[in-house]
Amino acid sequence: METEFTPFASLIGGIMIGLAATLLMMLHGRIMGMTGILSGILPPFATDWGWRVAFLAGAALGPFALIALNYPIPFATPTPTLVMIIGGIVVGFGVKLGSGCTSGHGICGIARLSPRSIAATVIFMVATAITVFLIRHVL
Amino acid sequence: MKLISAFLVGALFGLGIIIGGMGNPAKIMNFFDVAGSFDPSLIFVMGGALITTFIGYRLVFKASATPLFKGAFELPIKSTIDAPLVIGATLFGIGWGITGFCPGGSIPAIMLGEPSVWIFIAAMSVGILLANVWQRRSLNS
Repeated sequence: METEFTPFASLIGGIMIGLAATLLMMLHGRIMGMTGILSGILPPFATDWGWRVAFLAGAALGPFALIALNYPIPFATPTPTLVMIIGGIVVGFGVKLGSGCTSGHGICGIARLSPRSIAATVIFMVATAITVFLIRHVL
Repeated sequence: MKLISAFLVGALFGLGIIIGGMGNPAKIMNFFDVAGSFDPSLIFVMGGALITTFIGYRLVFKASATPLFKGAFELPIKSTIDAPLVIGATLFGIGWGITGFCPGGSIPAIMLGEPSVWIFIAAMSVGILLANVWQRRSLNS
């Protein structure tokens, strides 16, 4: 399944993500980690759920601007539903146990030069690469 | 003001994710498929985000001792690389490889009208809840 190489759009998107992380620290003093923000609105609920809901609502609704402007948004998934469910549970369990995901560890944590985040990012990137290799070239 | 700013920062994040292509599972999988239909775009998303945050955080911490809307910065203090971190990161990597979705990639894709996104988010939420139960159990025992 080929996807188009988009260095320019991806760099712009990355800079926007970095600006969002910077602003969230400047204004709210929080790490922009999706795992932490999301788990706070699931039981046991965090006491400071207001900004979390607002942030997640913005993250979900913001891209609507692109849809409204007819900006092309390629989307494809080869994953069957049952596998998606199992994989989703594994992602949720893993990010909660490992205290973070791509945004929290991979971007914010490495930006703070946190040893935990650097280790976690190396580990999950390698695990992802091995998993994709096994699915696409071995199984 | 607090909530509106959190909403707008979230929107900036969500737009960045979709423009960068991180809301597309096929693109994520292709980044990791060096032996197949390799698409290096993700390195530009991660690199752009990391360099911007690296510089941004330093400017923020230099400019003020506290965030604008709170009394103090809330930063993780743990520094030991323990078993839950290693096991959790490994499981996350396996799940990311299976689905092509990470938590931050899935939320901004909600509006694309793709049922696979909603299924993933529901399953991921179940996984987070299961981990909560697991962690509380191992704390009690």
